[in-house]
Amino acid sequence: MAELAHAADRRDAAWWIDRAVQILVLAGGLSAIVFIAGIFVFITREGAGFVFDRFEFREFFASPRWTPTSSHNPTYGALALIAGTASVTGLAMVVSVPFSLGAAIYIGEFATGRVRETLKVLVELLAAIPSVVWGFIGLSIMNPLIIRVFDVPVGLNVLNAGVILGLMAAPIMTTIAEDALKAVPDTYREAAEAMGATRWQVTFKVVLPAARNGLVAATLLGVGRGFGETMAVLMASGHSINLPTSPFDSVRALTATIAAELGETAAGSDHYQALFTLGIFLFLVTFAINFAADVFVRGGQRKQRRRGRRPAASANP
Amino acid sequence: MSVLGLAAALIAGCGGGSSRNVIQNKGSDTLVNVAQAWAEEYAALRPGTAVAVTGGGSGTGIAAMINGTVDVANSSRKMKDSEIELARGNGNEPIEFVVGYDALAVYVHPDNPMDEISLEQLAALYGEGGDIDTWSQYGVEVPGCGSDEIVRVSRQNNSGTYVYFREAVLGERRDFRLGSRDMHGSKDVVDLVENTPCAIGYSGFAYATDHVKMPCVRKGEDGDCVSPSVESAIDGSYPIARPLFMYTAGEPEGAIREYIDWVLSDEGQCIIYEKGYAPRGDVDCS
Repeated sequence: MAELAHAADRRDAAWWIDRAVQILVLAGGLSAIVFIAGIFVFITREGAGFVFDRFEFREFFASPRWTPTSSHNPTYGALALIAGTASVTGLAMVVSVPFSLGAAIYIGEFATGRVRETLKVLVELLAAIPSVVWGFIGLSIMNPLIIRVFDVPVGLNVLNAGVILGLMAAPIMTTIAEDALKAVPDTYREAAEAMGATRWQVTFKVVLPAARNGLVAATLLGVGRGFGETMAVLMASGHSINLPTSPFDSVRALTATIAAELGETAAGSDHYQALFTLGIFLFLVTFAINFAADVFVRGGQRKQRRRGRRPAASANP
Repeated sequence: MSVLGLAAALIAGCGGGSSRNVIQNKGSDTLVNVAQAWAEEYAALRPGTAVAVTGGGSGTGIAAMINGTVDVANSSRKMKDSEIELARGNGNEPIEFVVGYDALAVYVHPDNPMDEISLEQLAALYGEGGDIDTWSQYGVEVPGCGSDEIVRVSRQNNSGTYVYFREAVLGERRDFRLGSRDMHGSKDVVDLVENTPCAIGYSGFAYATDHVKMPCVRKGEDGDCVSPSVESAIDGSYPIARPLFMYTAGEPEGAIREYIDWVLSDEGQCIIYEKGYAPRGDVDCS
């Protein structure tokens, strides 16, 4: 007995490798926390001077006047920038939700074999297109097209950026929505079919409601993507400080403002700190959106577990 | 560990042992093409000196000069008093060199019948409180622009071009009107105007293409209307031509002095002329 315990306790090469890998994996896991905390501390520190000394709640959230380099009266109103980001993201969701939901339902519930595999690969390929290429499409293809079709003075506007952003967000939303559909146990489908439901009825009445939380999460992650996207929005939105009243108005996004202005701003100036304050605001909003998505996903999983169904992993044959 | 060692070796290599002089040159995007051409020509001429050129904008270059991280800053605008104070605070007295001139052209779509524009008209279009919004207010009808609305194209608010246009056209204490399309580069302005019949924009003359039109610019109601060109920028008749600067921290010495002298020589000035900017004075570049 003592011999066995001694053998199990032996610190040979395998034991050390095991320990090392454990520590490495732990470090990998912790690094995510360290990085996110580090980023938050960094942007907060850079923006803190502005937030505490210069920040006026009413000006920041209620004034569209963003004139940080004015020689006599710099103002830091972010309303137009917030409205720009919100309008572009909103339109992007109008474009991408039907597309990605439809694609997910088709791939997850209807398509089989080669078609299904090909579609999955293509959707993933769509997600790999760099955002600057999307921006380029917005600038050089969508811009003249919108001018011609709608007879508006300029094609760099909410519509252009919204469509581009919708197409950019669709692949990731499709993938997550499809995972949510896949997580619905097959017993649900079998039960519904046994009751004589058609495939559409199974999908619409049984699978979609069961996967609701996952689908909401997919949409929220798409919204988060839209909020954070920079390059494509910078190129396609017109980059114009404007409170949009129609899809044909040019707007300017929060992210695009930071990208365009930070490079030429003296470190430590009011303007520099104001840009970091925009960064803090963006960080908090995307954090809240991702947190909400996470809560929805967990809510869905918990509900399914409580009902004592088979776990999601074995649901798919 | 080996990565760290390599990095340390690289830093050591760059810092000391080398006998080559490296001049760090950073700043204005307007000047970056010329600065690059100068650096290449100079490297062929004086193999012992390398000039490392980076863009990033006038503000970036000046900030780096203030902090003492570059030897020469390029700028398409004069340094502000506040920036000069900052530099002096760091013990870097900025020395200014005018290396050439740039005509700031007004660009419109080639189908636009407008041939001339006055500074007052530009101010009423771009300035805060301005009252020009449509092409018919200028008395022109633009084919392909059904809405008649003028699409104002401008630059991001810390570019040297933006700051110069504000001072030269709007005046010291007037801001831009919000709602312009603020492009992130001289070339982007020209590209957008090229594809947009309703648009008007301003950008360096060196960025002109065959697909845009440049109306002549008039100062005052009865002044001469002058077209942007290298010649009109040289003789000062074009109303919105601006000097282009290089700044050094303190009176330049050694390799930096030689480089600046060469840039200001006929040889250096011919290079800026070939790139579409005006040299400082008369040079024969044939």
